[in-house]
Amino acid sequence: MSVAMSTALQEAAEGFAARYQRLAPRLPGPAGARRRAAAIFRARGLPDTHDEAFRFTSLRPLAGVTFAGPALADGPAVTDEVMRALLARAPATEGPRLVFANGRLQADWSRLPETFRVASFSAEPVFGGEEIAEDEPLVALNTMLAEDGAVISVPEGVDGGTLVLLSLGAGEAGRAADFHPRHRLELGAGARLALVEIALGEGVYLHNPVMEIGLGAGASLSHLRLQNESARAFHLARLHVTLAERALYDGYSLVCGARLARSEIHADIAGEGARLAVNVAQLLDGERHADITAVVRHMAPGCSSRQAVKNVITGHAQGVFQGKIAVARAAQKTDGYQMNQALLLSDEAQVNSKPELEIFADDVKCSHGATVGALDPEQLFYLRSRGVPEREARAMLVRAFLAEMLDGVPHEWGRAVLENAVDAWWRDRPL
Amino acid sequence: MPAVAETIETVSAVTEGGYKWGFETDIETELAPKGLSDETIRLISAHKEEPEWLLAWRLKAFAAWQNMTEPHWARVHHPPIDYQDIHYYAAPKKKAPKSLAEVDPELLRTYEKLGIPLSERAALAGVEGGQVAVDAVFDSVSVATTFRETLAKAGVIFCPISEAVREHPELVRRYLGSVVPAGDNFFAALNSAVFTDGSFVFIPKGVRCPMELSTYFRINARSTGQFERTLIIAEDGAYVSYLEGCTAPMRDENQLHAAVVELVALDEAEIKYSTVQNWYPGDAEGRGGIYNFVTKRGACRGRRSKISWTQVETGSAITWKYPSCILQGEGSHGAFYSVAVTNNHQQADTGTKMIHIGANTSSTIVSKGISAGRSNNTYRGLVRIMPKAANARNFTQCDSLLIGDKCGAHTVPYIESRNPTARVEHEATTSKIADDQLFYCRSRGLSEEDSVNLIVNGFCREVFKELPMEFAVEAQKLLAVSLEGSVG
Repeated sequence: MSVAMSTALQEAAEGFAARYQRLAPRLPGPAGARRRAAAIFRARGLPDTHDEAFRFTSLRPLAGVTFAGPALADGPAVTDEVMRALLARAPATEGPRLVFANGRLQADWSRLPETFRVASFSAEPVFGGEEIAEDEPLVALNTMLAEDGAVISVPEGVDGGTLVLLSLGAGEAGRAADFHPRHRLELGAGARLALVEIALGEGVYLHNPVMEIGLGAGASLSHLRLQNESARAFHLARLHVTLAERALYDGYSLVCGARLARSEIHADIAGEGARLAVNVAQLLDGERHADITAVVRHMAPGCSSRQAVKNVITGHAQGVFQGKIAVARAAQKTDGYQMNQALLLSDEAQVNSKPELEIFADDVKCSHGATVGALDPEQLFYLRSRGVPEREARAMLVRAFLAEMLDGVPHEWGRAVLENAVDAWWRDRPL
Repeated sequence: MPAVAETIETVSAVTEGGYKWGFETDIETELAPKGLSDETIRLISAHKEEPEWLLAWRLKAFAAWQNMTEPHWARVHHPPIDYQDIHYYAAPKKKAPKSLAEVDPELLRTYEKLGIPLSERAALAGVEGGQVAVDAVFDSVSVATTFRETLAKAGVIFCPISEAVREHPELVRRYLGSVVPAGDNFFAALNSAVFTDGSFVFIPKGVRCPMELSTYFRINARSTGQFERTLIIAEDGAYVSYLEGCTAPMRDENQLHAAVVELVALDEAEIKYSTVQNWYPGDAEGRGGIYNFVTKRGACRGRRSKISWTQVETGSAITWKYPSCILQGEGSHGAFYSVAVTNNHQQADTGTKMIHIGANTSSTIVSKGISAGRSNNTYRGLVRIMPKAANARNFTQCDSLLIGDKCGAHTVPYIESRNPTARVEHEATTSKIADDQLFYCRSRGLSEEDSVNLIVNGFCREVFKELPMEFAVEAQKLLAVSLEGSVG
């Protein structure tokens, strides 16, 4: 059984490796980094559940799909018609936005900001340093095949306002698209930005982005993410954030899409007095599987981090949370907090969680908590006895469960985007 | 802080002062040749005059073991273990004695040094009805068993497992390996192949065991890995409290220990299993010490049965131990209370597994880890709620205390829930001894050491209160010795 699984995954991996072989001469950027990544990817393949990091998340559903990539095709990534249909589903915005279709920047549909610089990865192809774990198979896959991405840099002291990064995906069964965008965001000392990332799409595709974020001293980033991919899509995202002294990363994510989703967040808190918050809510139904893996490494003294992950799971869906706070010897006076809560709304819903602490400094305050349960029957009874219909009462309680995450979103437009997505999710489900 | 200098002195006094129980008894032992093969296993089995089925069972386990690889997922590091460089059988030369009078006086003196009340009259002073029956294990052969008669009257069987194999083969055959199968994991398979002795306890239906049962383990002969096998069965409505305590003499060489403990609780039965583990942890530089790879598992098979594991782990260079409960019977309850202390170069990776299978099952986990010196202390636990475990309930609390800036404290919990009516709660904290707590105690005239002791004891109180009284006293002393002065 497990052998069969490995073989199927191996075949999928070989498909990607063969594509790299074919495209190598035409891929942008340093060929050495690509070759190293390809060697790692060939050696490791796609991870299976024997891999401790993928213990709860099997990539097996990937094995049955034939991926064709956009593979440096000369034509448009998607037709205008598809483009319009997908854009119509995105929240309206007047401000600067970057639109990607199947991983490629669509300049015609994008609006560039005025106060800072944005380029495409295909024009400025640079891979991150060693802090990006190139030995991770999915990062290696990205490095091996990345064709495009956003390269954003906000200069020192500049308030960049709000930037929307829209990732659209479209593909068909039998000829599924796969794209591996490589995004890079640098905020100079004291710079500020609100980045609103929205991923949505139609059909079968694999979206495997890597985003590297570097925050300079005192820089401040609000990072809002809405992952609302197609119910048949695969979303394997990795985010890597490095914080210099007094930098602030304030992240809010709502996950309600994809057949199989994994969002990895890796943060290196490298400068004294930096603060990081990772707030995530996952709403899962049907056969979906969604995984939040957050690893926060405290490397400097006097920093704080907060991870709060909420799962609402119904149908046959599976939610996963793997969180880790790692505190190095030097990181005295660390304040680390991690909370993971899950609501199971159906008999077949499943949640797996692994909230981990790894601590090597003695003067720290680290705690984590996890709870799993159903809606409280007493609370339901309270609402029902006051004339609230069952369905609304349940919606109300779930909404209250998510309030901690949604109400904290500091960005008004962004909060509305996330709230609308929650409402839409709820509307579409006969719970 | 002037206390720092004082502390450093005290620490070195304690650690360099050496391991209090590190003496060695000079008794001639009979050793099997080093190495592990079918022949070794046949030899062990023949020495113990075992029936054919048990030999077959051992050989099967050995075959399974040969196809297994040593697990490396735990946060412990050690040089590779050469399984062919170990004596798998060591026995005091004389035949097992029939009464205390026949026991080798040297051996009795050893136990005296350890303070084991081997004599039947040595019921603990001041404890009403506080009789403790001891099945002392010296290396691999149980040497003497006390209180046999009192227990026999109640219908309780408490004897070395090798004796149980002869006297109660039907019970042993029925339950041995039923909780921890022979091929369960690398170390359990090894144990199944070569276990030499251990305790067997059987509490018949409706019987409340009239006294607390106790086994003291000692590792004595050089290079003798110990492979204890303990099996405890509590029939319907039975109750037993079992104590396990360990000390081992000082050694330079690492010694392997891979025990297996199986508990079976039938309808409304209750088993309390308490351990104080104080094996030689190695010296201040991390040389020597026991490698302790233990598989402990209890099966709550009956309705409303209860199993609780309470452990105080202060010894061993490496501790790899996850006492678990399989909560199968409806309304059954599992509990795990643990204090793990590591100092110097000790490494402990310990925790529990609570597998909720039946409806209305509940479990409680309270783990207190204290790391000092250059040690690493990991809590690793699993709470799994299976689809049929309606209304299951778990509460987990893991707290870690760090003393000094060279040590590490880690928490690795796994929570898997597949039933919406189940409720699982987990909390964990990591901190150092708070300055305001210390200040509070100091301002009331307590010395720095006493303050730390008081605070650490308070930190562990939830676990200590689960221990039988005599053990709680020993545990507090052990903790004080292990940590005295390591706070500045």
